[in-house]
Amino acid sequence: MANTQGTTGLLGWIDDRFPLTKMWREHMGAYYAPKNFNIWYYFGALSLLVLINQIVTGVWLTMSYKPSAAEAFASVEYIMRDVPWGWLIRYMHSTGASAFFIVVYLHMYRGLLYGSYKGPRELIWIFGCLIYVALMAEAFMGYLLPWGQMSYWGAQVIISLFGAIPGIGEDLTLWIRGDYVVSDATLNRFFALHVIALPIVLLGLVVAHILALHEVGSNNPDGVEIKKKKDENGIPLDGIPFHPYYSVKDLFGFSVFFLFFALVVFFAPEMGGYFLEHANFVPADPLKTPEHIAPVWYFTPFYAILRAVPDKLGGVIAMGGAIVVLFLLPWLDRSPVKSIRYRGYLYKGALAAFTVAFLILGYLGALPPSPGRTLLAQLCSLVYFLFFFLMPIYTKMDTTKAVPERVTYK
Amino acid sequence: MRTLIIALILTMSPGFAVAAGGEGYHLDQANIDPENHASLQRGARLFVNYCMGCHSAQHQRYNRFARDARLTDAQVADNLIFTGAKVGDRMENAMPKADAARWFGAPPPDLTLTARSRGADWLYTYLRTFYRDPTRPLGANNAVFAQVGMPNVLWELQGWQEPVFKTELDAEGNEKQVLEGFEVVEAGSMTPVEFDRAMRDLVNFMSYMAEPVALERKSLGVKVVLFLILMIVVFYLLKKEYWKDVH
Repeated sequence: MANTQGTTGLLGWIDDRFPLTKMWREHMGAYYAPKNFNIWYYFGALSLLVLINQIVTGVWLTMSYKPSAAEAFASVEYIMRDVPWGWLIRYMHSTGASAFFIVVYLHMYRGLLYGSYKGPRELIWIFGCLIYVALMAEAFMGYLLPWGQMSYWGAQVIISLFGAIPGIGEDLTLWIRGDYVVSDATLNRFFALHVIALPIVLLGLVVAHILALHEVGSNNPDGVEIKKKKDENGIPLDGIPFHPYYSVKDLFGFSVFFLFFALVVFFAPEMGGYFLEHANFVPADPLKTPEHIAPVWYFTPFYAILRAVPDKLGGVIAMGGAIVVLFLLPWLDRSPVKSIRYRGYLYKGALAAFTVAFLILGYLGALPPSPGRTLLAQLCSLVYFLFFFLMPIYTKMDTTKAVPERVTYK
Repeated sequence: MRTLIIALILTMSPGFAVAAGGEGYHLDQANIDPENHASLQRGARLFVNYCMGCHSAQHQRYNRFARDARLTDAQVADNLIFTGAKVGDRMENAMPKADAARWFGAPPPDLTLTARSRGADWLYTYLRTFYRDPTRPLGANNAVFAQVGMPNVLWELQGWQEPVFKTELDAEGNEKQVLEGFEVVEAGSMTPVEFDRAMRDLVNFMSYMAEPVALERKSLGVKVVLFLILMIVVFYLLKKEYWKDVH
């Protein structure tokens, strides 16, 4: 007695009660992805891999970590010294945090290169932006937990930014901290948000991101909709089943990623002070402000934008705006083509300028400010925003090439 | 493949130097050898004799050091423990924080992780550049830690040195005094070469203590990396095999 999926036995019994085979087919075995994915298409699956790494190592860290101001710093050292393999779990988690941002930034940049945010994929992009915001909150709150000097003062600086909001600002910071300064109360609630609330939000958003993707189908380096050309069985001519083709290809990508990951975990876990800041090996001291408070590298571009504006509220608005503007991308881009391969020099030039400005901002955000650096940060912030605000104009004016009917492969 | 490697290298490498604090006096290279157990043992002896009177190493256990420096628990108990501490205890210290703050201006910090927050070269330079300064309450100042609260506890070994300043012009053309070096005014029980070696041992021990797992981490890392290279080859061939029929 076969069911609609044509399965029998135990699997048939399950399929009568739960859409196991149906889900497998929709998302793996009969999900047709374009065959021309290039190197940029590894980073989505890698983001998922790093998310799993963070959750698994995070669960084990939680078994020995103490979320209290009196014990947190020592409990991290306890994990590093007395917990069997604790050092490895901790370094995998701390390196994973930076790796997460590396793969997510590259994954987002892929979207810019190939216009993956353009219709009908606007919701995928928006879910992705929400994931990025949730990830920043997750990383920020996680960074307080080791309770080092940079944990403490970084949190102090970032929370105080909310104080710039007129009217409710001061009360809002008090509400976030649960105290007049960053304290045990702050640490405890950040722990709750970091290990329970935000991971749930992240996982939910990741599911929505993938469901939306599998509904409309993947974009590709040519920006061609493969669903437009199907064979007699309704299968896209340029599509191949995700499993086994991309599952084995991603296995290869995973192994290369793990090689780089292991090189950091085992040979440079501090990454020269960028993944684990030197000042964070000093326990938090509310009475001693460090000479130079710098956020971890993945926040530095936005920190540079914040500091580029002389006014505190203006800086906060600019920093918030730099993230909010990402959500509008699908509607700012008026180009008839998706992929950079068929765009003209206007978009290529704008993207190049944006890339350089973003990297310079990241560099400047890690350094103490000086008049020259502030001027450069202002210039780069301007380029950052102009890339978005002028996009409706230059993408319309741009001369595009003809997009082929089918994807290019080999 | 090549682009992936380049992309990963670009994003995972710092790309620019760390802006280190403490400008001015140059740092000497510590050149420590974490695999030299004799050096670690000499360093630990210096640490318990000269540092632990005031400082603690509250995250480090005595017997962990014994294991890592190839000593027996009994050897460590006999040579490094002067208090009633057990060999499995952490290297704590009995000085009351409140008294210490009154005596030195601030309680002496715990030293377990100092090598990680300051760096080995900074420590090596710091330990060797105390100089006589009558303007300071305890009679000593330091080249890399200006107005330091710590007295020159190593004077018996190093002797006393006085600073040699040279006059330089700053950016605005004003004269300023720059510390150039030192001259020994009172010899200690060690020659300068012996003292430098002793400080190298001490810094070696402190670097070990800041991350006891460092050596194990690297040796395991080599095996993991070799395994992953093998996996890359296997998965590459697997991918090639599966993708043969994609045209």
